[in-house]
Amino acid sequence: MKNNVPASKKKQLALHVPKHFSLILVVGLILLILAIIASLVLGARVVSFQELMDGLFYQNQDSYGANVVQKRIARTVFSLCCGVALGIAGVLMQSVTRNPLADPSILGVNTGASLFVVSGIAFFNITTAGQHIWLALLGAAITAVFVFGIGSMGRGGATPIKLVLAGAATSAALSSLVTAILIPSSYAMDQFRFWQVGSVGSGSWNSIMIFLPFLLVGLIIAFVSAPALNALALGDDVATGLGVRPGVLRFFAICAGVILCGVTTALAGPIGFIGLLATHAMRMVIGPDLRLLVPMSALAGAIILTFSDVVGRLLGSPGELEVGIITAFIGAPILILLAKRSKVRSL
Amino acid sequence: MRNQTSEAGFIREGILQRRRRWNLVTSLLILLAVVLCCAMLLLGNTIYPVNVVIRTLLGEDIAGANFAINTIRLPRMITGFFAGFAFGIAGYIFQTMLRNPLANPNILGITSGSSVAAVFCIIVLHSSNTVVSIAAVIGGLITVIVMYLLSRGRSFSIGRLIIIGIGMQAMLDAVISYLILKSAQQDIPGALRWLSGSLNGSKMSEVIPLIIIVVVFTPILLILGKQLSMLELGEQMATSLGVATDKMRITLIVSSVIIISIATATTGPIAFVSFLAGPIANRLVGVSGSNILPAGLVGANLVLFADLIGQFAFEYRFPVGVITGLLGAPYLIYLLIRMNRKGEL
Repeated sequence: MKNNVPASKKKQLALHVPKHFSLILVVGLILLILAIIASLVLGARVVSFQELMDGLFYQNQDSYGANVVQKRIARTVFSLCCGVALGIAGVLMQSVTRNPLADPSILGVNTGASLFVVSGIAFFNITTAGQHIWLALLGAAITAVFVFGIGSMGRGGATPIKLVLAGAATSAALSSLVTAILIPSSYAMDQFRFWQVGSVGSGSWNSIMIFLPFLLVGLIIAFVSAPALNALALGDDVATGLGVRPGVLRFFAICAGVILCGVTTALAGPIGFIGLLATHAMRMVIGPDLRLLVPMSALAGAIILTFSDVVGRLLGSPGELEVGIITAFIGAPILILLAKRSKVRSL
Repeated sequence: MRNQTSEAGFIREGILQRRRRWNLVTSLLILLAVVLCCAMLLLGNTIYPVNVVIRTLLGEDIAGANFAINTIRLPRMITGFFAGFAFGIAGYIFQTMLRNPLANPNILGITSGSSVAAVFCIIVLHSSNTVVSIAAVIGGLITVIVMYLLSRGRSFSIGRLIIIGIGMQAMLDAVISYLILKSAQQDIPGALRWLSGSLNGSKMSEVIPLIIIVVVFTPILLILGKQLSMLELGEQMATSLGVATDKMRITLIVSSVIIISIATATTGPIAFVSFLAGPIANRLVGVSGSNILPAGLVGANLVLFADLIGQFAFEYRFPVGVITGLLGAPYLIYLLIRMNRKGEL
């Protein structure tokens, strides 16, 4: 079987590093550092260089500025984690479904996680982030299976339009359930309205520690499966010929995607469009090879999310605009643009 | 020759049969609406006897009953009826014109446009009812214009339009979430209406713009309805039958956006009514011809029925939008599954 794969296809699988890759990587890293610095310095109170240094190196603990910086360190690390997770979740979902519009928020996976978390708050009195996670994961997984199930029925499998519609319909269905659960309980309502708009403002070292193991698992699966996913992009037959088992691969990749976006949703609330934005931006500059696309989308996700958070803090000053609102505003036009650009048949 | 006459007779028979069915279904729907309206007036914390209700409505001052019926139940009933009617009609027109049941003002983000404008006026500007209604209409129209500009281009496809609508909705909903988040605690119950739609706290003064708009625009839409069914035959066929397709389309869209925006400004976006009413009416009457009036009546019945369930079926009183959402969502998913199976997407 293995020899049946034509040489041209094999050639496509060789790692092809684009010409300007090192330049792109450097620019990306510089942007990341800028985003981190901006996230530490800017906000309702702009700190001075001296205060930044004090905060970073734990000196002059009494200064107000140093304390502000230390609070912002946790927030920044948290937003980087969320960005990485959402960026990779986006790549995985897009490549598994071969669908340029796949993103956890568009596919309704976020709403599934919301529903389970809300049920937890309202019925089982669950309040800690550690418990939210398992509920969110379960909700995200069930919703993902459901949406893919509906979206891939009928002729042509899971086309973008079918998946998007299945996601939107499921989202609508689940959000009426969410509202039905929330309305009788003013306590859950009050908790939920802050959670419902995704925000990294609640990021603390505690939530980062909860986040990390899941992030690691997701990352490992993503990196290990990237070469096989490349083969899958050439079609199931070719992938089988190359020794990949499409069913198993899809299962693991989707699992990783669901874990990554489910955990992010549990800790930060639903933050949309990061996966869509990061993956498309990177695919435009470095091409479709997943071995590069996975790490670069993670980088892009971290940059976009952190910058969005800074923008939200600046625009909403003295309070803040939650990052979920900012990403919806950046991401939705991109979705519209993609829909406008792509050919009718591929929709 | 004989064949021809028998064929003509057959067609005439068919038309008559259809008209009879239309009349029957419409009268049954009106009857059902009357029953539900009566139930809305009779039921509540205190159940008043029929003669008390009638005497109160006629203006007699009966202690207790007067407040409960004239100030609370009557406006609620009227709002429910007219809002449901408006959602039903507008949804039907969109679905028929775009020839796709999924293409309704909810999914295309038009109700979100109206909601954003209304929520902004209520929470930030604390405007009066009239201003809120006007703002909602403007918000809805702007959304339609933006959608039109975005979906224009080399080739129109309904899939593209729907994805653009979903994108617009994501942005508009982010604004609503933000406004609700920033609103004071005491405004939240009112603001919550904008997430799901509710008849709670309907006031006579708020219903009047809705009634006026529905009464003015329904006849216009009914008259245009005949041409709408020609439009359904396809653009070229309609043009050759003498329909000015563009003008007609614009009139239809603008009128239905005005109707649905006013309804949204009054009750909030009552989920799925505009989506459900059309297909149900078509199922009841049959697809050919204009089902605008039945669709409106189905919408009104849906809202009144769901509100009765929301008020009395559970321990806690749910707003009507939650109930219609729970009823409508499974149907939406069923419809998707069916369309996928048939390969219509």
